[in-house]
Amino acid sequence: MRWGRTRILVLLATCAASVGAQQDADERALVESIRERIISTAPAEPGAAYDEAIAGSEISFRMLPIKGGEFEMGSPEAEPERKSDEGPRHRVRLDPFWMGMHEVSWDEYRIFMLRNSRRASDGDELVDAVSSPTPPYVEMSFGMGIKGFPAISMTQHAASKYAQWLSAKTGRYYRLPTEAEWEYACRAGSSAAYSFGTDAAELANYAWYADNAQETYHEIAKKEPNAWGLHDMHGNVWEWTLDQYAPMYETAGEVRVNPLVKAVELFPRVVRGGSWADDAPRLRCGAREASDEFWKMQDPQLPQSIWYHTDAQWVGFRLVRPVETPSVDEMYDAWNSALGLE
Amino acid sequence: MSDSAKPSESRRGFLKTTAGALAGAGALAQTAKGVAAGEAIKVGLVGCGGRGTGAAAQAIKADDFSELTAVADVDPERIDRSLEILDKRHPGKVKVEAERRYLGLDAFQKVIDSDVDVVLLATPPGFRPQHLRACIEAGKHVFCEKPVAVDAPGIRSVLKTVKLAQQKQLSLVAGFCWRYHDAIRGIFEKVHDGAIGDLVSYYATYYTSPVKPMPPATDRPEGMSDTEWQIRNWYNFGWLSGDSLIEQAVHSVDKVAWAMRDSPPESCVAVGGRQIPAHGGNIFDHFEVNYLYPGGVRAFVGCRQQAGCHNENSDYILGTRGRAIIGRRLAPHIIGERHWAYEGPKVDMYQQEHDELFRSIRRGEPLNDGERMTTSTLLAIMGRMAAYTGQEITWQQALESEESLVPEHIDWDAAHEVPGLAQPGITRFV
Repeated sequence: MRWGRTRILVLLATCAASVGAQQDADERALVESIRERIISTAPAEPGAAYDEAIAGSEISFRMLPIKGGEFEMGSPEAEPERKSDEGPRHRVRLDPFWMGMHEVSWDEYRIFMLRNSRRASDGDELVDAVSSPTPPYVEMSFGMGIKGFPAISMTQHAASKYAQWLSAKTGRYYRLPTEAEWEYACRAGSSAAYSFGTDAAELANYAWYADNAQETYHEIAKKEPNAWGLHDMHGNVWEWTLDQYAPMYETAGEVRVNPLVKAVELFPRVVRGGSWADDAPRLRCGAREASDEFWKMQDPQLPQSIWYHTDAQWVGFRLVRPVETPSVDEMYDAWNSALGLE
Repeated sequence: MSDSAKPSESRRGFLKTTAGALAGAGALAQTAKGVAAGEAIKVGLVGCGGRGTGAAAQAIKADDFSELTAVADVDPERIDRSLEILDKRHPGKVKVEAERRYLGLDAFQKVIDSDVDVVLLATPPGFRPQHLRACIEAGKHVFCEKPVAVDAPGIRSVLKTVKLAQQKQLSLVAGFCWRYHDAIRGIFEKVHDGAIGDLVSYYATYYTSPVKPMPPATDRPEGMSDTEWQIRNWYNFGWLSGDSLIEQAVHSVDKVAWAMRDSPPESCVAVGGRQIPAHGGNIFDHFEVNYLYPGGVRAFVGCRQQAGCHNENSDYILGTRGRAIIGRRLAPHIIGERHWAYEGPKVDMYQQEHDELFRSIRRGEPLNDGERMTTSTLLAIMGRMAAYTGQEITWQQALESEESLVPEHIDWDAAHEVPGLAQPGITRFV
């Protein structure tokens, strides 16, 4: 099957008008092809960290193994500064995965973000067929720094398309973490407000936030990691998850297994971890934030860009890779959760 | 601000030289009537592109009983797409029957004649003076996107229309959106209040990536007329967009004007040119303008639309006792003897424009942005004149310029040649 990029763009434009839940046939065929490539690629050894190199560049990033297991999701009611959306606290069981040791950097993301500006082909039909951002109008780091700094101001859709592009390119399945995976990894075994305990006075050792960030983001992985080796889970930039934001957790049953609140509306979706612009309480493991249309307030056009949240200069993301390769449907949903929702 | 730059005097001078004496205009004016609560306010949209659709969404959100009833564009597909998006976002407020979807270059008049109360003007700016005049003559309230003209004859026409709007007690709100942004209003209030002392200079940046780049001539469908090709790629043609400084960076120019209390400068010099292939378009991709204000106050506006370069949209206002900074990410703030930072809520300025417009219509208390929107647009046009010719241009020269970029008669199917790129030192001031 041949994949012209124009064709895909036309398709995206057309299906924007159709119902969100309906799968687009050509996109589905593309996901199937990418999945075939993933299955035919030699799997990494479960339980071991690895470096993923982005072909055609000098850039690589590190993925750390996260063991499957159970944890208490949400914050205890007695936790200071807790908000009502952090409960009820409940038991969650998760399958094993890998998670990015650090937030996705501009060095990684710009290869994808500027594909259309550079009219660059990846020399690979499958990779070229993944839709990618329109050229940005403003410089997206807003002068805060590029080399070694976290990527920001992308929509959840853009972050998911980056994951799809990277999956097509590497033959390994990447996606955004679910909210449960994110909190599990952030806590790294801790049930306290922060992964290192309850004392916010220690936060500066682990995180960039309003008190020490001097109103800008900072280079990734310059602070202490948590117990599982992950940097900047607290602070620096908020991180996208896959879930639709619901003001309280669904807790039916004894334990929720690999939970995900499947997104059916474009807003709100969940971001986690707090940022350089936030005070300490917003960085707590259980704290949640809901995305908002206001995050693209400066875009005066309708429809607004599906790629940029120009007003959210504190939102970034990191990726996960499940150990088990999921079904086509699951991959389709993870990469297309904004498709058809304008 | 120094004594020699008393804004009120300059402002009066400006009005005198432009539209004649206004004495009695207020006395002659009709008494504005509000719209009774519950009564519909009918909105017509002229120009159904991304901005027009955005403006329409804000207009029908601004009032419980505002509704979209007529639209105009040159492209039927754009009309359909626009209405579909609007209907999805604001169900029940889009009431545009098939016979009120007007097509063509004269469609604006049909919208005006279709019993609407408010018209949103969002076509390429070359058409604006003509559209605005028709709206005000017909007694419609207007939301008028920036810029409001592309040449001095257009500016003079708009000035007359603005006076007419005042006499008719019509609301005229301009899309100079920063004027409706709480934080920016906050910092200019401080600056006018003397928070940084007397103004010394203003440096504004509008460095971005290209906007609507011109496709190569090979992309042009066979048989498409010059006029249609140019309108479809309107941003790249001076007669339609006015050039990048006027169409985009005019937001920065407008903030300069705001800081100077909307009084005009004495003169300006500028550099500008084009590095990216124009593909038959005739606009520059970079400008740097240096305005001279009374009392030796200077304002510098730089804009560039090239990929891969330093990008920035900021304002650095220097005064004798401090600096005011509208930066890229921080809230607007003042550094100096009187520190200050904006701490209020973030408000959607595009919505705010329409909220204030519709409130004014509802209450019968007309808003009129006409004078300042015209000053800001001419300020940008003046910069272009200086860059194109390579000469120093005075405010008076700019205002009286006879150069007309917009053809008298525009025929959709006709051949239409445009002048090549300006050449500083060779291109003459007209």
